[in-house]
Amino acid sequence: MKIWLVMIAIGLITYVTRLSFILMLGRMEISPSLKRGLEFVPPAVLSAIIFPELIMPQGEFDISWSNLRLLAGLLAFVVAWRTKSAVLTIAIGMAVLLLLQALI
Amino acid sequence: MTSPRSEFLAGIKAQLPILIGVIPFGMIYGVVAVGAGLDGRSTQAMSAIVFAGSAQFVAAQLFGAGVPGLVIVLTGGVINLRHVLYSASLAPYLQHLSPKWKWLLAYLLTDEAYAVTITHFIKNEHPGESIGIEALDNPKGFFASSMHWYFLGAGIALWGTWQASTAAGITLGAVIPQSWSIDFTVALTFIALLVPTLKERASVGAALTAGLMAVLMAGIPYRLGLLIAAVMGILVGLLVEGRT
Repeated sequence: MKIWLVMIAIGLITYVTRLSFILMLGRMEISPSLKRGLEFVPPAVLSAIIFPELIMPQGEFDISWSNLRLLAGLLAFVVAWRTKSAVLTIAIGMAVLLLLQALI
Repeated sequence: MTSPRSEFLAGIKAQLPILIGVIPFGMIYGVVAVGAGLDGRSTQAMSAIVFAGSAQFVAAQLFGAGVPGLVIVLTGGVINLRHVLYSASLAPYLQHLSPKWKWLLAYLLTDEAYAVTITHFIKNEHPGESIGIEALDNPKGFFASSMHWYFLGAGIALWGTWQASTAAGITLGAVIPQSWSIDFTVALTFIALLVPTLKERASVGAALTAGLMAVLMAGIPYRLGLLIAAVMGILVGLLVEGRT
């Protein structure tokens, strides 16, 4: 039940953001500072999700060679940067994690 | 003048290469959501109701972690704020349309549909004709064309693919064992989305701040740290940009 309320609420917020200017142009202007702020939303949100996943996969701070998710994740960064391919990033990152898990 | 039919088909065609990347993304969402404890029906419904990959991933994960609904909604909302930018950017081209068209196209406004549509609109604008607010007084010319059908084609192609790949992921999710660490694909997907946004110092500053703050605030209840960290990252991005 709860998940349905959550989904509908996120869906409504998302729909309002999509509809905003398409419906209201002429009655509403986007200010330059708001526009710049919105451009930082993707890098900020994505990092806020990724960093804890890599640095504290078990819920504890862990920067060591035994943190396999951190190693695979760092490699995935390099792959994403070099290839610009999402499919390759996911495939190589996943393969490396599974390989390390099998070896160690 | 192009016909609605040819514009519609051109929109679908432009979306095809992007769909190759969307299919695994949709499948991973289905797998991860089922792994987080969502049932198949709500997993599928989220793809129709929210129709935005990143927010769906995060909502499913936070739900699986038992985070309160209000925090999930706020976090998902922040992730999807970027659609305001797309809406503002496409709006001048859609002002001649009826409200029905606007409501429909807004529903189909995703990262992927935006990317191909804005490119098409800009390329095919008649030279010398004004766009923007002045367009309101200029319902003929470019604005009477059928280019919105291109948007519709791109949007529907993506929508259908997203629903179908979610369904495939739900089926797969039921058979993939936990030991495969399939949840790691979410972090990897986000890395693939993050790297292209790191274009200048300001966005790198935003990303580093948000990431480190999220780690430092991981102990804050209800995963509120994610939200606070993201807001701090955005502020640092603005600050860095203001200095350069």
